Amino acid sequence: MSPELVIVGILTSGIRLATPYLYAAIGEAFGQRSGVLNLGVDGQMLLGAFAAFYVTFTTGNLWLGLLAAVIVGALMGLAMAFVTVNLQAVQGISGIGFYLFGLGMSELLFKMLVGTVKTVSGFQPIAIPVLSKIPYIGQVFFEQSIMVYGAFLLVPIAWFVLNKTTLGLKIRAVGENPEAADSLGVSVARVRYFTVTLGGILSGVAGASMSISLLNLFQENMTSGLGFIAVALVYFGAWKAWGVLAGALLFSLINASQLWMKVLEVPINSELASTLPYILTIIVLAMSASRVRSPSALTKPFDRGD
Amino acid sequence: MTENKLPSGHTRIDSLEMRGITKRFPGVLANDKVDFDVRSGEVHALLGENGAGKSTLMKVLYGMYGPEEGDIFLNGKKITIDSPTDSINHGIGMIHQHFMLVETLTVAENVALGLPSSRGFLTDLDKVSERILELADIYGLKIDPDAYIWQLSVGQQQRVEIIKALYRGAALLILDEPTAVLTPQEVDEFFVIMRQMVADGHGLIFISHKLHEIMDICDRVTVLRDGAKIGTKTIADITKSELANWMVGREVIMTRELDDVERGKPRLSLENISCDSDRGTPALRSVSLDVHAGEILGLAGISGNGQRELAESITGLREVTNGKVILEGEDVTNFRPGDVTERMLSYVPEERMKDGMIKDFSISENMVLREHHISPFAEKGFLMLKTIAEHTDDMIQKFRVKTPSRETKAGSLSGGNIQKVVLAREISRNPRVLLAAQPTRGLDVGATEYVHAQLLEQRKNGTAIMMVSEDLDEVMALSDRIAVICEGEIMGIVPRNEATPQKLGLMMAGVVPEEEETRTTSFTL
Ligand SMILES: Nc1ncnc2c1ncn2[C@@H]1O[C@H](COP(=O)(O)OP(=O)(O)OP(=O)(O)O)[C@@H](O)[C@H]1O
Ligand SMILES: [Mg+2]
Repeated sequence: MSPELVIVGILTSGIRLATPYLYAAIGEAFGQRSGVLNLGVDGQMLLGAFAAFYVTFTTGNLWLGLLAAVIVGALMGLAMAFVTVNLQAVQGISGIGFYLFGLGMSELLFKMLVGTVKTVSGFQPIAIPVLSKIPYIGQVFFEQSIMVYGAFLLVPIAWFVLNKTTLGLKIRAVGENPEAADSLGVSVARVRYFTVTLGGILSGVAGASMSISLLNLFQENMTSGLGFIAVALVYFGAWKAWGVLAGALLFSLINASQLWMKVLEVPINSELASTLPYILTIIVLAMSASRVRSPSALTKPFDRGD
Repeated sequence: MTENKLPSGHTRIDSLEMRGITKRFPGVLANDKVDFDVRSGEVHALLGENGAGKSTLMKVLYGMYGPEEGDIFLNGKKITIDSPTDSINHGIGMIHQHFMLVETLTVAENVALGLPSSRGFLTDLDKVSERILELADIYGLKIDPDAYIWQLSVGQQQRVEIIKALYRGAALLILDEPTAVLTPQEVDEFFVIMRQMVADGHGLIFISHKLHEIMDICDRVTVLRDGAKIGTKTIADITKSELANWMVGREVIMTRELDDVERGKPRLSLENISCDSDRGTPALRSVSLDVHAGEILGLAGISGNGQRELAESITGLREVTNGKVILEGEDVTNFRPGDVTERMLSYVPEERMKDGMIKDFSISENMVLREHHISPFAEKGFLMLKTIAEHTDDMIQKFRVKTPSRETKAGSLSGGNIQKVVLAREISRNPRVLLAAQPTRGLDVGATEYVHAQLLEQRKNGTAIMMVSEDLDEVMALSDRIAVICEGEIMGIVPRNEATPQKLGLMMAGVVPEEEETRTTSFTL
């Protein structure tokens, strides 16, 4: 294969693979900006992935599948919000609880309802007229599925919502100084319910992007920890939408290169190569830890003291 | 414009009445069947010792705490206030003792927070900024709407709080120790604003520990003690010392003589130090000062002129870009904070809530924060809990910290009592050098008296004390010499007997005194 083709190949799959990272990490960023750390992303993704797959599998309708993922994600988000806002649980621990719930539940449902790995016909690439004809670039950026476009569109939308809207202002204030926000009549609980539920929905969609767009199947633990990397990406991206995008691309490109190395039979230990993204997570987090300041109220339950 | 409208267009509140308010916290009866009322066009003072329950009563009114008992009446009609939104909607605004500002947001964003925007779900920060500048202009509150809160000094942050309330067009304004952070000039300016608001028909509730302010600006005063109301009096019917004695319940010493103490060698010397502000602009420009054993050097200046940066440069919290910090002959420039304080330098920071203690730690944990790792509080790596407990109880008693127990979280103490905990910790280790920023800010008359006595006691023991204060009365009462700082430069150092409020006020405004010798002599001494 010519080097150009390999590079185009890596970039194309890199962009595709960034999709679940983006949905999940942008959703997580909203939660964290408002002060809630949700470690249950991976579990929410798995349930979303299963819901999308199963509904698509039984009805043949991709949009219904996506809707199912949205609903399941929203329910998981609401539950997480209830536990963190109303019950004021320790966020790290309850998040892991949600992860384990999603992991186990999706596996159970899969075994009960489907049994063996089956495939569905997922969202197909849509070539954007004119743009997709640009040599190389066209194939990389403008011949992807709707879920991929959606993920990339989400980045400027998230940036806009966080920085240019009254809602975004409330989210940022609640994550930094909930007492101050509260004293101005901003409902800390409402804001956190919103962001955590939104995070759940986007995690569900992230899962759906895997099961009905990228891989078009469901498998037990098919995310293999991707949701945790998404949480890490939020730190890496310094809680900013564009930072999250940069992180997601970095990871997906490394993943894509690693996959392509297997395809091209580059003589490198493939197990070692597949640990690359995880090793990178650790390095990147260690480096970014001292660089930026997290939202001051992150992981802190809010209680007015009465 | 109808009769009962304010210039801001909001409806006037003719009268507001709280009846039989009771509020309990675990182990504390913070408000005990308190009655309180305020009318349009008056300033009603709320006075009481630290922990008497003033802030709590006001937080009940503002909807932040739900009281166990009691009712609130607005213009004679009973209303329910369950949240700040309710009180804002009723036209009540509050400036909190501890600022309610989001540090990472700009001034305009803080003001706009929680308000509907003229552009729907999009923020309208340009419009907000315009209105801020308008208000700032009317009331003489200089502020940059685009500045981030973390870049502002305490005094400037106060202005943001005032603007925040004015912006919301509050008809009734609760001012919880608004003047604690202002200089005398700023207080005068602030009173002009208050008088204007009162003339416009606003009702104001004013909390302050400074009796002369209450005498100056208020119409009536209500005194609380241990959560209960002692009484309400008309200011015209009472004198300042009567007020002090009524509040504390005993005679209070208001002025004090300095003992003759022999001044020793310089213990802390700053040699031409410079440093940058958080914004990266120069904050200190070649500052040189000596603080000698057995003296109190007062550092006067308007807030935000480099005082915080100076203290942080000395304690290693801020990078010194040029010059030297010499502690007892040793160059400690840019040492780590722990290494500086280990050399028996004590530091009472200006922002006690943020820099002085850990809110979620108990009083005893906060009390040994500095020396928890060394004898007698720790032996061979183990905390000596009994010693710590005894020491804490001792300090609580000596400094009269009002708390249910030593295990109470420091963050739940009243403002003045938090300050007492920090002071107790820093003073009780008998430091060689004591750096105290605004040591009596927010303290009641009795506690101020006690802290002043403690500072003078330290001076007698030969401690070198640098006291940063915006309170000229305090500076002039306690300092042997007074250095005045303006825009990061020392304008001059005035010996105690030559200091007058006029002279210091001019220097604080950046006017260098004519007799240059004062400056040179203080260097050679
Ligand atoms: N959130 C809280 N939780 C527990 N106790 C509290 C809380 N807020 C206040 N208290 C207690 O209630 C009492 C009254 O406190 P409050 O803050 O009203 O005093 P204050 O009169 O405003 O004092 P200061 O002049 O020092 O500000 C104090 O004993 C304080 O420790
Ligand atoms: Mg108070």
